[in-house]
Amino acid sequence: MDIELMINSFPKLLNATLITLKLLSVSLILGLFIGLGFAILRMNNNKLINKFAYGYSYIFRGTPLLVQIFIIYFGLGQIEYLRTTILWVVLKEPYWCAIIAFSLNTGAYTSEILRSAFQTIKPGYLEAGRSLGIPSKIIFTKIQIPIAIKQSLPAYGNEIILMLKGTSLASTVTLMDLTGVAKYIISTTFKPVEVFIVAGGIYLFMTFIIHNVIKFLEKKYGFQT
Amino acid sequence: MELLYFGDKGWGDELFFATLMTIAVSITAMIIGFIFAALFTPLKLSNNKFLNSIGNAYTTVIRGVPELLVIYLFFFGGSGAIMFVASIFGYNDYIEINAFLTGSFSIGIISGAYSTEVFRGALQSIDKGQFEAAKVLGFNKYIYFVKIILPQMLRLAIPNLSNVWQITLKDTSLISVTGLVEIMRQSYIAAGSTRDPLFFYSFAAVLYLILTFLSMQLLNKLETKYSKGY
Repeated sequence: MDIELMINSFPKLLNATLITLKLLSVSLILGLFIGLGFAILRMNNNKLINKFAYGYSYIFRGTPLLVQIFIIYFGLGQIEYLRTTILWVVLKEPYWCAIIAFSLNTGAYTSEILRSAFQTIKPGYLEAGRSLGIPSKIIFTKIQIPIAIKQSLPAYGNEIILMLKGTSLASTVTLMDLTGVAKYIISTTFKPVEVFIVAGGIYLFMTFIIHNVIKFLEKKYGFQT
Repeated sequence: MELLYFGDKGWGDELFFATLMTIAVSITAMIIGFIFAALFTPLKLSNNKFLNSIGNAYTTVIRGVPELLVIYLFFFGGSGAIMFVASIFGYNDYIEINAFLTGSFSIGIISGAYSTEVFRGALQSIDKGQFEAAKVLGFNKYIYFVKIILPQMLRLAIPNLSNVWQITLKDTSLISVTGLVEIMRQSYIAAGSTRDPLFFYSFAAVLYLILTFLSMQLLNKLETKYSKGY
C-alpha cells in the first residue's frame, strides 16, 4: 500500500471533483426541466404527443449513456450543416456535449419518475381544487406539482446518485473529471488499488451526502396521504 | 447501407459478432453476479454484526462508486493481483488476463451488488410462517431451501432481476474501454476507419434498443409464468 501516493493524489482528485459536481448540478437542473416537460407531454390526451414523449424516454432509457455521449460528441460533429450554425459553438466543446447527453438521459428517467408521481395523486385533491373554483393552472402549480415533488423524492434521490455515477463517463470524451483524473493517475503510476480507494472514497462520500439530504427532505416534506 | 454489408466490404458481420459478444458478456456477468449474490445475501441477512457489515460494505461501495472506476480497478489491477498470487506459488512470468474475463468479472461484481439487494428484499418479504412451517414439518435443509423458499423467492425476485439484467446489459458498453470487441468497441473501430461516427454510433444505439426490447419481451413471459397463483 503506497500511502504517500494516496496523500499526494488526494488534492488532485479533489480538484477534479469540482468538475464532476459542476457536470452533475448543471445536468440535473436541465434534466429536471426536460423531465417535467416530457412528463406533461406524457399525460397529454393526444396520442401522437403521448407516443413521442414515450419514445423519447424509451430510447434514452434503453440505450447505454456511453452511446448517447458518443453520438452527440463524435456523431453530431459530422453533420456539415451543424458546423455552420450557432449550435456548433456548444457542440465542439466536450464539456457541453457531456452536459447535453447527461441532461437528456436524466431527463428521460426524471420524466418517468414525475409521470408516475403525477398519476398517483388522488383524484380527490384535484376535484377539491376544482370545486373550490381554483383555475386549472393554479391547481397544477400549487397542488399537483408540490404533491408530485413529495411523491417522487425517494426515486429522484436514486436518480441523482445514478447520475453522479454517470458523470464518470465524461472522462471518455477527454474531460478530466474525478474518474478521468483517477484513470490518469492509475495509468501513470500503475497503483490501481490506492487510487481506487481515494477516488472511490470521494464518490462514496458524495453519495452519502446526497442520500442523507434526500432523507432529510423526505422527512421535512413527508406527509400522510 | 453499404456500410452494413457482410464480408470485406461492410461492417455487418463484425457488428453481428460484436452483438453476440455483448450478449455473451452480459450473460456471463449476470451469472457471476448471481454467484456473488449467493455469497453476500446470507451475509446481509446474518445476525452476526461483523458478517453483516461485510455484506453491507459490498453493496454500498459497489453501488456508490461509478462502474467505470470499478472497471479501471480490475483492468489495471487484475493482472497485477493474479501475478501476485502466482508469485506466491513460485510462478513469476507475466500473466495477461483475457479481456473477456476481466470485463465479465468487473460487470459481474457490479451486477452482483444489485442482485444481492433484490434477493435480500425477496427473502425478507416471504411470510415468516413459511419458514416455520417448513421447519415444523421436518424437511431437510436442501428440500427446505430448494422446494419451499427458492420458488417463492424467485417469483418475488424476477421482476426486479429483469431490471438488473437491463442495467447489466447497458453496463457492458463500458468495458469497451478495456478493448474487448463488443458493440461499442466495434462501432468505435468502424467509425474510426470509415469516418462515419454518426451512423455507427446510432446503429449501436439501435442494436442496444433491440437487445433491451427483446430481452424485455422474454423476461415478461418468464414473469407471467412465475407469478401464477399457487
